[in-house]
Amino acid sequence: MSTVLDHTTGVPAATPPQDSTRATPARARRSSAISRHTHPMWFLVPAFAILFVFFFLPTVFNFVYAFTDWSGFKSQINPVGWDNFTDLAGSGTLFRSLRITIAYAVLVAVFQNLFGFALAVLLERDTRLNHVVRVLFLIPVLMSALAVGYIFQALLKPEGALNGLLSAITGTDVHTAWLGNTNWTIVVVAAIHAWKWMGLSMLIYLAGFKTIPVDLVEAAQIDGASPWRAFWRIRFPLLAPAVTFNVATALLGSMNGFDIVQATTAGGPARTTEILNIFIYRTFGQGLFAQATTMSLILFLLVALLAFPVIRFLRKREEIL
Amino acid sequence: MTQPTYPARRPARERRRDVSIWSRLRPPFVTVLAAVLIGVPLWLVVATAGKSQGEALTPNLAWPTDWQLGQNLADVWTQGDIPAAFLGSLLVMVPAVAGVLTLGSMAAWVLARRATRLNAMLYALAISGIVLPPAVVTIVLLLRQLGLAGSSLGMIGVYMGIYLSTVIFFVTGFIRTVPMSLEEAARVDGARPAVVFVRIILPVLRPVLATATILICLYVWNDVFYSFFVVGGRLDTLPLNLFQVASAGLYLDNWHLIFAYIILMSLPLLIVLAVAQRKIISGITSGAVK
Repeated sequence: MSTVLDHTTGVPAATPPQDSTRATPARARRSSAISRHTHPMWFLVPAFAILFVFFFLPTVFNFVYAFTDWSGFKSQINPVGWDNFTDLAGSGTLFRSLRITIAYAVLVAVFQNLFGFALAVLLERDTRLNHVVRVLFLIPVLMSALAVGYIFQALLKPEGALNGLLSAITGTDVHTAWLGNTNWTIVVVAAIHAWKWMGLSMLIYLAGFKTIPVDLVEAAQIDGASPWRAFWRIRFPLLAPAVTFNVATALLGSMNGFDIVQATTAGGPARTTEILNIFIYRTFGQGLFAQATTMSLILFLLVALLAFPVIRFLRKREEIL
Repeated sequence: MTQPTYPARRPARERRRDVSIWSRLRPPFVTVLAAVLIGVPLWLVVATAGKSQGEALTPNLAWPTDWQLGQNLADVWTQGDIPAAFLGSLLVMVPAVAGVLTLGSMAAWVLARRATRLNAMLYALAISGIVLPPAVVTIVLLLRQLGLAGSSLGMIGVYMGIYLSTVIFFVTGFIRTVPMSLEEAARVDGARPAVVFVRIILPVLRPVLATATILICLYVWNDVFYSFFVVGGRLDTLPLNLFQVASAGLYLDNWHLIFAYIILMSLPLLIVLAVAQRKIISGITSGAVK
């Protein structure tokens, strides 16, 4: 792989051609001595400096200030031990927020993938109409999530456009409070989140379909498989990488969601859609910084816990690449 | 694209008729679906933005009795401080994106080419930010201590901290597919690492940097959560101003203005989509499925 390298960096020309993937310890040492000159570590410094100051340090702060009484009402910050956690757990807020966040994330992952997959199947053939419609479904992906939230708030009001349409179709007066139901509104909001991102899932599924060799399906058909069977037995399993990617990003992305929930329900009704970031936003606005920090830490731990399998998957994909 | 080329061996006439009916029904079905799922919400925006305040009080799909879209756009242009917000958004987005692309590719180059145990650890650390949520509350405290609270510089730093991991992940993966010999040819001529990076590596990275640019521009341009914590009330950005316009009691139920604002705010992105749809589609998907 790296045959010319040796002559250029002052290392004895006798160095044999190197294969970095199968390097013996001696070779590895030599190749690292070379790369010290060709790929100096100072190239890492600016990026890691930014990452350290603006990403890692605040995260470390999370672990510190969650155990203090930091607030907007006094200038001193004192350690209080686990008080913030016991308060949040005692009032039931902690577990309710966790439950709502996880439910929201799972619902988004399910809806977004169902919608995206259905669209991909529907729009798979490369006709002109399908090209246009694919681009149309990308519009919500590009739009601000906040704007999407406001659109659906207007659409789903009790006297709003959707009920108007339903009334016209059914011939009766429909007055469903889509965003005012303590049981079902979280499902509606998750569906809105999925509506915004389904175009992205669709694109990824379409790209996944493109990677499946045509002759595989042809072989199945020649063996007498029905189109239905060929689809679910041959093409669907080969879509696995796209499924994994879509589910993982939808799941972890919506745990960190905020805009759509804030713009549709702002956490209501009766705080039944108050996902962690809404809670953080609300308590931060009230000056209860330590409580907001505690929840921020809990969100971090939740995602970190669930992200392990995801990162492993991303690394594996990287190796294939 | 492939469906009609191979006849099923069992001549299932019934099934084939089903298939042909479905393939004839599919275009109208797709059209109706797109009209309902995308057309209705977008028409609600345009129709409401074209109405008077009284008529827009309960937003519906009815045709405006008196189109005043231009008037509403002009109103929101001044009341929503659109020019300032547009500049603010650009002021934050351009340096943040340029910064993550430059610093991220520099780091990715060394991480991809020097396979030491330390680098493997650094790489894992660097890409952890793809999934881990940033600490939004303590970032405010840190920026205050650094004297960057509420400044565009602080906002740029925060965005860079959040999205560097995405760039490093994409670019490192890409560089590993680039043959080493490309760099070596330059090195034979005695080029220093910085020169090799700028002359050889950066040009090769163009496709992957285009993907990263699209994604990160999208995130930063539409972000309201992080910017609320970092620069809320101090710097105008388009989403922040929309948030204020929509949450302020003064504007409650001013749906015609909210939707006029949404039109103005989304217009740049829609124009970019119309012009560069092919690039955007291939950019978004190339990162995901390989």
